[in-house]
Amino acid sequence: MTHSGSSLPDLPNSTSTSGPMSEIRSPPPDRVLEIVLENVLHFLTCRRDRNAASLVCRSWYRAEALTRSDLFIGNCYAVSPHRATSRFRRVKSLTVKGKPRFADFDLLPLNWGANFSPWGSALADSYPWLEKLHLKRMSLTDDDLDLIARSFPSFKELVLVCCEGFGIAGIASIAANCRLLRVLDLVESVVEVADEDEEVMDWISCFPEGETHLESLMFECVDCPVNFEALEGLVARSPFLKKLRLNRFVSIPQLYRLMHRAPQLTHIGTGSFCASDDVAVGDQEPDYASAFAACKSLVCLSGFRDILPDYLPAIYPACANLTSLNLSYADVNADQLKPVILQCHKLQTLWVLDSICDEGLQAVAATCKDLRELRVFPVNTREEVEGPVSEVGLEVISQGCRKLQSILFFCQRMTNAAVIAMSKNCPDLVVFRLCIIGRYRPDPETQEPMDDGFGAIVMNCKKLTRLAVSGLLTDQAFRYIGMYGKLVRTLSVAFAGDSDQGLKYVLEGCPNLQKLEIRDSPFGDAALRSGLHHFYNMRFLWMSSCKLTRQACQEIARTLPHLALEVIDSQEDKADDHIEILYMYRSLDRPRNDAPKCVTILQ
Amino acid sequence: MDERSRNEVSPPHHHLMKLELRLAPPGADEQQQHWSRTTTKRHDDSSSVLSLGYFPHHHATIKASPSPSSSPQQAPLPLQNNNNNNNNNNNADKKVFSPSSANTAVPNISQKRTAPGPVVGWPPIRSFRKNLASSSSSKPPPPPPEHHNKVVPAAAALDKNNNSYGGKGMFVKINMDGVPIGRKVDLNAYDSYENLSNAVDQLFRGLLAAQRDNSSGGSGVNKLQEEEKVITGLLDGSGEYTLVYEDNEGDRMLVGDVPWHMFVSTVKRLRVLKSSELSAFTLGGNKQDKDAT
Repeated sequence: MTHSGSSLPDLPNSTSTSGPMSEIRSPPPDRVLEIVLENVLHFLTCRRDRNAASLVCRSWYRAEALTRSDLFIGNCYAVSPHRATSRFRRVKSLTVKGKPRFADFDLLPLNWGANFSPWGSALADSYPWLEKLHLKRMSLTDDDLDLIARSFPSFKELVLVCCEGFGIAGIASIAANCRLLRVLDLVESVVEVADEDEEVMDWISCFPEGETHLESLMFECVDCPVNFEALEGLVARSPFLKKLRLNRFVSIPQLYRLMHRAPQLTHIGTGSFCASDDVAVGDQEPDYASAFAACKSLVCLSGFRDILPDYLPAIYPACANLTSLNLSYADVNADQLKPVILQCHKLQTLWVLDSICDEGLQAVAATCKDLRELRVFPVNTREEVEGPVSEVGLEVISQGCRKLQSILFFCQRMTNAAVIAMSKNCPDLVVFRLCIIGRYRPDPETQEPMDDGFGAIVMNCKKLTRLAVSGLLTDQAFRYIGMYGKLVRTLSVAFAGDSDQGLKYVLEGCPNLQKLEIRDSPFGDAALRSGLHHFYNMRFLWMSSCKLTRQACQEIARTLPHLALEVIDSQEDKADDHIEILYMYRSLDRPRNDAPKCVTILQ
Repeated sequence: MDERSRNEVSPPHHHLMKLELRLAPPGADEQQQHWSRTTTKRHDDSSSVLSLGYFPHHHATIKASPSPSSSPQQAPLPLQNNNNNNNNNNNADKKVFSPSSANTAVPNISQKRTAPGPVVGWPPIRSFRKNLASSSSSKPPPPPPEHHNKVVPAAAALDKNNNSYGGKGMFVKINMDGVPIGRKVDLNAYDSYENLSNAVDQLFRGLLAAQRDNSSGGSGVNKLQEEEKVITGLLDGSGEYTLVYEDNEGDRMLVGDVPWHMFVSTVKRLRVLKSSELSAFTLGGNKQDKDAT
């Protein structure tokens, strides 16, 4: 790694700062040290370590900037693309995140922003050697994808998570032009499907002929039929393919063929997991289980988009080796789940629907002793009195799965006792997200608020960094969080709290808080002001349907110049000064100019 | 939002309240009260869960011995009862409460829990998971690509955001022979077959001409004449093209056969076919009486 003649300040024989000079003669003594440093810094991969290193002194800052090849931008509006590319000169891999998470739940207006285009052009100019691009909650067009496809000859990896704005044409361009492509992962993104029949562009056929470098192909969210013959051909000529996630237009007999073509697969998204129209169940079908037996390296199964539960036994041969199973699109009941789960001794990650009931959770708890992550999604999202899973299931999981690190649990009822039990049984919890669908629900057994349960979680789970709360909660819950949640980085609050004091507890008590999203809670201006000391340390703060006034936001904007306060209001004329949505984030650059009309950026 | 009025109650206030259980939705009452956190969790004023109507069915079940992890003050942790319940539905009979909480006092609250209206973005689940849930096992599988039937089953007729058609704006897809790009029409915008036919003409006239320009097979003499030729006779078989549709049972029908409102309620997509190819389909005679409403 040499110091190329880029326009970076070069030091004369001292370590003090100087103006930008780009002279390389034989390196002066402290340049030698810098070169050594650069070589050493190559070994630093974690961005937090690199951030720390860059703060040591200017020469470390420079060396680190030159050697950072993996750049992570947590908020696309925190820095301008130009600033990022000016500082970091040799980036090969870039991650950019855009919209705040509540956008997933339709709380953010369409066309809010997070457009990739400005990043695209900056990258094309500055990083022709770019190999990897990971985008989350960004808005990108077919033209953006085309630009990516054509600007980076070494491009290897494209991962789009929760993105939107593009269609099949963009994907086809990537397939056609990125000759070295290893990874094309389209995850939970909204892909424009122009037409659903033969007019759909056959993007699979756009991959070039000959052996490919593909290692991972995920297109579950591309919701249109694919040319199966082309897909089969592609799989057959992709010897390095390990991960394949199909969409629901691939039927089980087709999956069967693909699996026999690619027995080396480790991660499979099964597509529909039911037969095509013209085949009746049980009628001269291939032995699907043989396909699962053939894929001896299979560790991760997902998909099951339109599952016919009769086919579920086909996966038995794979169960013993599975570490990850995602049945969250499969409406299976406990009896259908049990024979599967009872074989999954090595399971570490499980996503299911609550259709499995507490009984199904019991089966999980009995078998999956190594479980690290559990997500239980609701089939019925209405606020009901009862639901298929409850405190019983949570309790049972906590007793059986002691190594649990991450849980997302939707239910209609929950008790403090069960949550407290989990806090004690699962000390390794890093992520605890409990969503009691009925808002303001107390503990049904004691009629208490859920304060004590969440209090126990922050108290006992010493590694906790992410927390989502629900149910009836008073300020006391937040007092606990402020007192004990010292490592909490992400906090989600909805329909909770009594007064400003609640939010104050959190802002004053949680030094590591970076992402705070709050909706429909009675926190107002005084609470907001209590966070002034901390806002520059945060990635963002979201508050919607709270009690903030525009005036208070304006004050804060004046007090903290590097904070962008986006006030989003759907109504033009407001009787009072209260705002609907505040989305606030630190930013080194002037406010963005791509905001829609309903967004006002206070500065 | 209505929730704000609820939250006006200041913190010290709730300590003074007696334990009163409220299950009305937020905003339904002006003054909603908090549950007291006194240590006397079960006193005379506390309601039995039964009497709330909150849990309509209960079996007294095996009382679990307190697990080591529960605090001594808490009720013994419930165990699942042994009634095997295989449904996916609400399993109210699995819920357990310790017998000591069953006492006689009936609280002074509304026992009826009215379902609150839907709240935007709540629960926090992405839309593709919500739609899945509502149509889960009833959704027919989509046809595999090699199937010649290009009709997408009704349940899978999804727009870009994975929302089903319906509601305001009745958009259906319309494709025309020779034009690769389909369009969408909002049937609510028309009240008769004539209007629809005119709209189809408007939609495709230009596209069709463009296609003919681009196609290499057209003879030079006719090219000029084909600029922007009006598309007529869609409904009576007299024109070069005929309008057909696919209904909710997957059948192909001539447009104009049935009363307009009936057509609108059953149509799933439209096609503009060359009249010369109509003989391939077993429809009733080519000439139908139009029923314009």
